[in-house]
Amino acid sequence: MKFSDEFEKRFREMLTHYPTKRSCLVPTLLYAQDEAGYLSDEVIAEIAGRLELTELDVRNVISYYSMLITKPRGKFDVQVCTNIACMLRGGEELLEHCSKKLGIGHKGTTPDGVFSLEEVECIGACSWAPAVQVNYDFHENLTIAKMDKILEEYKQKA
Amino acid sequence: MADLVSHPDEVKVISKRFSKGATNLDRYLELDGYKAVEKALAMTPDDIINLVKNSGLRGRGGAGFSTGMKWSFVPKQSAKPKYILCNGDESEPGTCKDRMIFEHDPHAVIEGVMIAGLAVGATQGYIYIRGEYRYLSIIMQKAIADAYARGFLGKNIFGSGKNFDVYWHGGAGAYEVGEESALMESLEGKRGIPRIRPPFPAVVGLWGGPTVINNAETLASVPHIMLGGAEWYAGLGTPKNGGTRLFCLSGHVNRPGVYELAMGYNLKKMIYDVGGGIPGGKKLKAVVPGGSSCPCLTADEIDVAMDFDSMMKAGSMLGSGGVVIVDETTCMVKFALRTMAFYQHESCGWCIPCREGTDWLKKTLKRFHSGGGVMKDIDNMQYLSENMLGRTFCPLGDAAAMPTIAFVKKFRKEFEAHLDGKPCPYEHVAEPVMA
Repeated sequence: MKFSDEFEKRFREMLTHYPTKRSCLVPTLLYAQDEAGYLSDEVIAEIAGRLELTELDVRNVISYYSMLITKPRGKFDVQVCTNIACMLRGGEELLEHCSKKLGIGHKGTTPDGVFSLEEVECIGACSWAPAVQVNYDFHENLTIAKMDKILEEYKQKA
Repeated sequence: MADLVSHPDEVKVISKRFSKGATNLDRYLELDGYKAVEKALAMTPDDIINLVKNSGLRGRGGAGFSTGMKWSFVPKQSAKPKYILCNGDESEPGTCKDRMIFEHDPHAVIEGVMIAGLAVGATQGYIYIRGEYRYLSIIMQKAIADAYARGFLGKNIFGSGKNFDVYWHGGAGAYEVGEESALMESLEGKRGIPRIRPPFPAVVGLWGGPTVINNAETLASVPHIMLGGAEWYAGLGTPKNGGTRLFCLSGHVNRPGVYELAMGYNLKKMIYDVGGGIPGGKKLKAVVPGGSSCPCLTADEIDVAMDFDSMMKAGSMLGSGGVVIVDETTCMVKFALRTMAFYQHESCGWCIPCREGTDWLKKTLKRFHSGGGVMKDIDNMQYLSENMLGRTFCPLGDAAAMPTIAFVKKFRKEFEAHLDGKPCPYEHVAEPVMA
């Protein structure tokens, strides 16, 4: 299992931040996922080994956190918030539009592997609703037209 | 990067460095940066605690507990190391304020952590930032590294002979981790299952050591109190509710945004003056005054001061400062359903009243909203919610039950309008307000 130099540097540094190795687990899983695309059996075994945990321990933690995934998904994960503040300003309509446009439902991935779609809970953009996160990037004060443009831009990047 | 707004009624304390380039350490120093820590270094721990107590600062995460009081619970002597834990796992629906602080003024949070550390005798602090806020943890990592490079953190800070270390930590998506004991579990690399209390974190916290856990906004307020004084800060707010806070206006309002207003600011003025009223001249139906877990207020209950005690008297809570405004075209059954769907999704399942209660309530509300409800459901929803209260390790169960009780009590007529297989009366009325 090969991670980037940046990952390794951050990991070494993180080990010095806590009195227990295990404390690095949650952020390390997320950074590993960012590089590997998802937490495969191989990634899980690697991280369990490094932190002296059983694979079961690691899987038990993964299943708790909504951002951690064990199956591959699209290059761009379109996360549409439909929680109360976004719902009042069109979050549900935005989700429906994305679903039709991409031809996939909640947690689905397009056949070309470019997009995944997710209905998510509050992402902390309530005052700029409706809002969407694509991977880690926030897109706020959205309309259907703005959303189309954003999806088009990501498609070009793919 | 989220847009900034402003209003003449704002009292800028926490937000005074917003959009002033304060993420840059040199700029931060020009704006009185790290002077508060230097001042604290010259004070005794008891003097720092008393200053914060007298300022009337109360926890901005939602519970509104006196910050100085919380610090005073940490034992003076401890065999295990003491820790400061900054809660930046902001995820209460309606709340987007800590995000602004991390984005514009990360050093203020670091300073707050350091001052808390000096007050309780801790030499290490952790700043936990929710996983979705990746760009903010990058800003924070740089701020911490810059502070180390300048000798503000690490060994012998400011030549005082004292050491202090601050670390950042990232989450990976979980509302419940915003609860203090689940936050500690998560930081320790586990599932965010809450711990039973007592013992309280001030005595047995992170890795068994005494731990102070404060919200990011609370800690960011502390340096301003150190420099401006307790009396000045207390005087900004109402009795026992010192200072200002960030209010996040969202929903059906003309000028949504994060505004810093004095504690005790009138809610009606907040909606109509600061927020510019309801789009399209529509009428107000309800307000969720402090994030989704706070019982809603109806349109005739909004002439109320937004401080912890006044909101409690009004039958709700000031919560985390998320003010969600709901107009007359919104179906409250649907609103209740969306709120409950969130809590059901976020319940960790550890405590049965929360795990089963949120699931049953979501199912009942879903059936009810789609026309399959019966009269008995209305009372059952209330009964079920009331029986979740106070029966769980962490307040997630309460957070789900409290708003539901208010929805059912205050909008019973709307629930009844969904009976006998009738379609939702608002389905054709509501139109989303998009920018």
